[in-house]
Amino acid sequence: MLELRKICKTFNPGTVNEKVAIKNLSLTLSDGDFVTVIGSNGAGKSTMLNLISGAIPVDSGSIIANGKDITHLPDYKRAAILGRVFQDPMMGTSANMLIEENLALANRRGQKRGLKWGITEVEREFFKKSLSKLNLGLENRLGTKVGLLSGGQRQAVTLLMAVLRKPELLLLDEHTAALDPKTAAKVLAITEEIVQENNLTTLMVTHNMKDAIEHGNRLIMMDGGRIVVDISGEEKKNLTVPYLIELFNGASGNTEANDAMLLSK
Amino acid sequence: MTFLSSFLNSIPGAVSQGIIWGIMGIGVYITFRIMDVADLTVDGSFATGGAVCVMLIRAGVSPWIAIVCALAAGALAGLITALLHTKCSIPAILSGILTQLSLYSINLRIMGGRANQPVSVDKFHLLVSQRYVRDLSLNNPLPLVILMSAAVIMTLYWFFGTERGCAIRATGDNPNMAKAQGINVKNNIIIGLMISNALVALSGALLAQYQGASDINMGRGAIVIGLAAVIIGEVFFGKIFRNFALKLFAVSIGAVVYYLVLQVTLQLGLNTNDLKLISAMIVAVFLAVPYWKKLATRKKGVKNA
Repeated sequence: MLELRKICKTFNPGTVNEKVAIKNLSLTLSDGDFVTVIGSNGAGKSTMLNLISGAIPVDSGSIIANGKDITHLPDYKRAAILGRVFQDPMMGTSANMLIEENLALANRRGQKRGLKWGITEVEREFFKKSLSKLNLGLENRLGTKVGLLSGGQRQAVTLLMAVLRKPELLLLDEHTAALDPKTAAKVLAITEEIVQENNLTTLMVTHNMKDAIEHGNRLIMMDGGRIVVDISGEEKKNLTVPYLIELFNGASGNTEANDAMLLSK
Repeated sequence: MTFLSSFLNSIPGAVSQGIIWGIMGIGVYITFRIMDVADLTVDGSFATGGAVCVMLIRAGVSPWIAIVCALAAGALAGLITALLHTKCSIPAILSGILTQLSLYSINLRIMGGRANQPVSVDKFHLLVSQRYVRDLSLNNPLPLVILMSAAVIMTLYWFFGTERGCAIRATGDNPNMAKAQGINVKNNIIIGLMISNALVALSGALLAQYQGASDINMGRGAIVIGLAAVIIGEVFFGKIFRNFALKLFAVSIGAVVYYLVLQVTLQLGLNTNDLKLISAMIVAVFLAVPYWKKLATRKKGVKNA
């Protein structure tokens, strides 16, 4: 479904702040893949998602979606096939607009926006049904401003907006990281449900190794702008946190043993 | 007694002027409140509206066609600012200032190189004129400016409820969300600024007819009056008016209140030279109040904790 071919991204090239964020990264996602992405801070996880969504341009390499080269397509055009949920719950919704207005905007993702009325009665029913599946009681609050909702509720609404019009690829960028543990668990459960129900191809960045193991059929670990571990199938199912930490340390080379090895060289 | 009677006498004029400036305030509302952009183009596009309208009427064009042309000229001014902002990545405020400054020269050219061009109601057919403001006849400008204002409000109410209008509101409120939903943010900024400045120019065109002349300086400080209208409207009706059309209506009332207060202070013997200073101070205070309130509640919160 999605193919990244040798993409590179360097921030502030040629300055003292130069930072290589993504190095020759290649990745192929098959239809229906639910991939969890882990890695330490600065590993390039969010950058990879931003490159896919077009929020930032790639330096080199190409991005292919469904056989079509979208490397140079602006972000708002890519949105036609992408659903996105951000880490910051404030970022994915319009606080001063009503819940139904936010959903109506999302329901027109990838379509031409003309002079027809922005929201229809038929849609309202559809929104109510979709919201009730979240079990947050939001189905009776269509006319509430999104800004009045809690962070978890907003994130749930953002998630719904991302999948209202079925995306070919769902990008989740640590979408539970800013929530309290209980709310995070709930949003994650909703995520799992939505992804399974719609059989969505998904990339989910997370800091939580347990979540990364429990969800998805494939796990990739990033370090220094590269994919260092790529596990799927049976191996993924049998993953444990200690083993993952071992892999992680081995890959990023930050155990004492590795340090010693480095020093001995 | 003389104060009261002269104040009462000045009410119709203040209300007419207020409603005309209110259309301008609605234009400012679109950029300032909906697009979240402080657009300083308006000082120039207001005078552009007046200049285009007056010159066309003087050339024998129908006043209706003249105000449509003024609308178009204003939209064009907004387009220039929007292009400077979106295609050249110049900050919105600076883009507005650049357009505003260039419009000074352009407005002078439109007015044939003169700083003032009269359009007398004796010689030309005008839609509105100050002369009849206290007449009980069809010539009275009040009904027409009220109708125009209502038409503007209803059109905007419709537009901002459409798919495109909703997308523009989302663009102003949260561009990140808008982009993620496939909305072309730059195009929407362009449309928003064009609509806003078209309304500002319409207001300028009406005011020029009302006062019987267009003047190169008639838009000076217009942004402040527009903001004053927006803010006064919100202070009085912010809590009651939730509906979008009513919010725009509040801007119109805000402008009327502004002109009524102005009349009072003038009758009280205020020096007209100090007007702009006082207007600016009032707007500054009202813009600061919400922030002060927030600071106060935060301090209280700390004390209670």
